[in-house]
Amino acid sequence: MAQWPFIIAAYACTITGTLVLAGWSYMRMRASEARVATLREDKGS
Amino acid sequence: MHVFANPTRFLTIARPLTPWLFWGGLLLTAAGMLTGLFRSPEDYLQGDLVRIMYVHVPTAWLGMGGWTGILIASVMQLVWRHPLAGIAARAIAAPGALFTALCLVTGSIWGRPAWGTWWIWDGRLTSMLVLLFLYLGFMALAAASDERASIGRIAAVFGVVGAVNLPIIHYSVTWWNSLHQPQSITLSGSAIDSAMLWPLGLSTLGFTLLFGGIVLLRMRAIIADIRIEARLRRMAQG
Amino acid sequence: MKAKHQRLTLAIIAVVAVFGAGILAVYGLRDNAALFRTPADIAAEPVPVGQAFRLGGMVAEGSIEEQADGITIRFMVQDAEAQVPVLYAGITPDLFAENSGVVAEGSLDTDGVFVAETILAKHDENYMPPELADVDMGRDISQ
Repeated sequence: MAQWPFIIAAYACTITGTLVLAGWSYMRMRASEARVATLREDKGS
Repeated sequence: MHVFANPTRFLTIARPLTPWLFWGGLLLTAAGMLTGLFRSPEDYLQGDLVRIMYVHVPTAWLGMGGWTGILIASVMQLVWRHPLAGIAARAIAAPGALFTALCLVTGSIWGRPAWGTWWIWDGRLTSMLVLLFLYLGFMALAAASDERASIGRIAAVFGVVGAVNLPIIHYSVTWWNSLHQPQSITLSGSAIDSAMLWPLGLSTLGFTLLFGGIVLLRMRAIIADIRIEARLRRMAQG
Repeated sequence: MKAKHQRLTLAIIAVVAVFGAGILAVYGLRDNAALFRTPADIAAEPVPVGQAFRLGGMVAEGSIEEQADGITIRFMVQDAEAQVPVLYAGITPDLFAENSGVVAEGSLDTDGVFVAETILAKHDENYMPPELADVDMGRDISQ
């Protein structure tokens, strides 16, 4: 049985899953922390 | 125990630490994968298929390591009511579930050509699938709790009880005969040749740092959400 | 302070109880959770003819022979104590080899030959480059 298609599939799943999780977690953090900053400014003005 | 109890103090450490873990982890993971794919030798028996190990083993380790984190956080919430425990447990759940799923997927992709089957109900595979369901149950229980800063008592107890599965996963290949191979790396040494062991170590270290970075990102997001809610409540009151 | 100690004690008792229950359950399961029977198991406790089960062990060295039809292979599955002959018609997985682990699904015929419907190769814990594989390492997969 050809081996490389299986190897590529395993790496593709891992890379996609990890990058989606990393990107999603990063965006969520940015959005939430930006909102905290905005609220803080509103209060100051 | 309460050194980091104050979320503000936690953030002063977490903020500068996050990019180091995140980008450092990403870099080492990429290096580990590239070495695993192109620089490490074939296996005498498996040929190139052995390269799947460099993603399979780290994901398995993080799936189990994630629940160890949930266990510690659950105990810290139940016993010490530590204010960051619930936040940490919530932040770990989704990455832990994802890596457990990736472990099952990469293992299955390896199993088809190597064993001759995508799936078999042996002790190791079954207990790892149970771990995935435990994560999904934990996420549902944590989501059901109104309190954002904690996970609720039921979820914390579930976090402790579910940890019983961890030694079962680890010893499943020793206690029962199984299709999955026994432990290669034990206290007495490694049955993996050093030419394959160091890329595996690199990739495992990379994934672990990245996992830490992602958990910190998620903890920061949860802390920010809690502050937003508190501030909106105060503003509404006048 | 008092309440915290009480919670700690309760938590420790709960953890011990839960892990104890888990270990007991696993102990009770230990025979049923085994994936396959070894030749020694079959010698000690014969399996009725025609009953489906999984047979696991090492493929004996020099025992794989192709049958006259060109599709069927015959080989011996062995452990430290006993041997069982196996017949299989089909494609074997990549890791199927002599002196390597195997799990076969099928049943015994009246001659005591295990007729396999599926062959799964079992890998062991050793990983090494081909140039090192010449060194004999005495592999054992019976556990």
